[in-house]
Amino acid sequence: MRHLIDPLDLTLAETERLLSLAEDILARPEAFSHACDGKILATLFYEPSTRTRLSFESAMMRLGGKTLGFASAENSSAAKGESVADTVRMVSGYADIVAMRHFKEGAPLVAAQYSKIPVINAGDGGHQHPTQTLTDLLTIRRRRGDINGVVIGLCGDLKFGRTVHSLIKSLVRYEEVSFVFISPEELRVPGYIIKEVVEPSGHPFREASTMEEVLPELDVLYMTRVQRERFFNEEDYVRLKDSFILTPEKLSLGKKDLAVMHPLPRVNEIAPQVDNDPRALYFEQARNGVFVRMALILALLGLAPEVWKGAKPC
Amino acid sequence: MLNIDSIENGIVIDHITAGRGMRVYELLELHKLDTCVAIIKNARSSKFGRKDIIKIEGVLNIDLDVLGFIDNNATVCTILKGKLVEKKKPPLPEKLVNIISCKNPRCITSVEQVDQVFYLCDEKTHRYRCQYCEQEYKK
Repeated sequence: MRHLIDPLDLTLAETERLLSLAEDILARPEAFSHACDGKILATLFYEPSTRTRLSFESAMMRLGGKTLGFASAENSSAAKGESVADTVRMVSGYADIVAMRHFKEGAPLVAAQYSKIPVINAGDGGHQHPTQTLTDLLTIRRRRGDINGVVIGLCGDLKFGRTVHSLIKSLVRYEEVSFVFISPEELRVPGYIIKEVVEPSGHPFREASTMEEVLPELDVLYMTRVQRERFFNEEDYVRLKDSFILTPEKLSLGKKDLAVMHPLPRVNEIAPQVDNDPRALYFEQARNGVFVRMALILALLGLAPEVWKGAKPC
Repeated sequence: MLNIDSIENGIVIDHITAGRGMRVYELLELHKLDTCVAIIKNARSSKFGRKDIIKIEGVLNIDLDVLGFIDNNATVCTILKGKLVEKKKPPLPEKLVNIISCKNPRCITSVEQVDQVFYLCDEKTHRYRCQYCEQEYKK
């Protein structure tokens, strides 16, 4: 039985085949609309989520399956002190697959150790968010046809942003990828990501403190939120926040086929006037999340053996 | 000068950093053995000034995996029929189970009763990360 806890649980080949399946579902959704008839997805969300939970539920429903679960820890037996291990053992008898979001880092891994059904990490604290990574990869691939060779600028909070770290870890497995890290000094990519992930990959990378200086060279601009609470004082926040807001003026420096992405929710880091620019892909990116989750559910339930090819499926 | 007899068959863990002998004894669970075990603290060492030594008589199959993590200065000597037959430095273990604890308050191990598992992420710098939250262990 396979789980998805870390984006690297999937080999590069498996990731690519999963993305191909997602594209196939996108192209002909009706062919998959009964693929999960009679199957149940449990959404165990110990902390609130809009996009992730709804997209998982939408994915299962579009496959003909059903969902059950809870949307916050207060509404679950966790409020009575039940352990993750016990909850998932119990849910293993109620559903066929689990999507878990938890505020504690590593909780889905604990769940996977005790579960009798596949577990998908739907975000664990500030740690991993593998289905967001798959969504990001699908969005890049759909836009460019290929992820290899991409020049990606990651902008904003690169220190605490889990989506950024997961995406970097996945992208280094592709060929000829170049990274540009655009952030204030305080929110730079952590040293261990550079030393243990980026440098050993041999991919070129550089750091920049404004997006204007690098925008013309990028194929993808991946925006993240610069959160006020990450700064030590209000002055620094006020001084720096505008440097990381994408406006139509700044976007005019970008390539014609630039892809502007954002894991959402967006607050003020992308001006609303950018939304109508054909290069703004963030809402399409959110939509892609449904198809990638459909593909993942099929694969983990053993209903898409082509994803695993040679590896142990379920 | 205190004298401890040489052993005939067994293991001598030599060059343990002075003061770490008891920790090694505990983590190797030597208290569970019913053979003769000696801990020598603060023995004279030409190399380090002082060192701890543990001598274990009559047992050769002790799981010494954790030793490389606790003290990579230590040397493991195997003695057979009173002669030294093997001398080696313990390698760093790939995985540590319930040896150290994660200090990250956001880690699931802070609230859930599960094994504390760490894996070696950099052999050169002897760094370990929590299996669950991936936070680096800091002493």
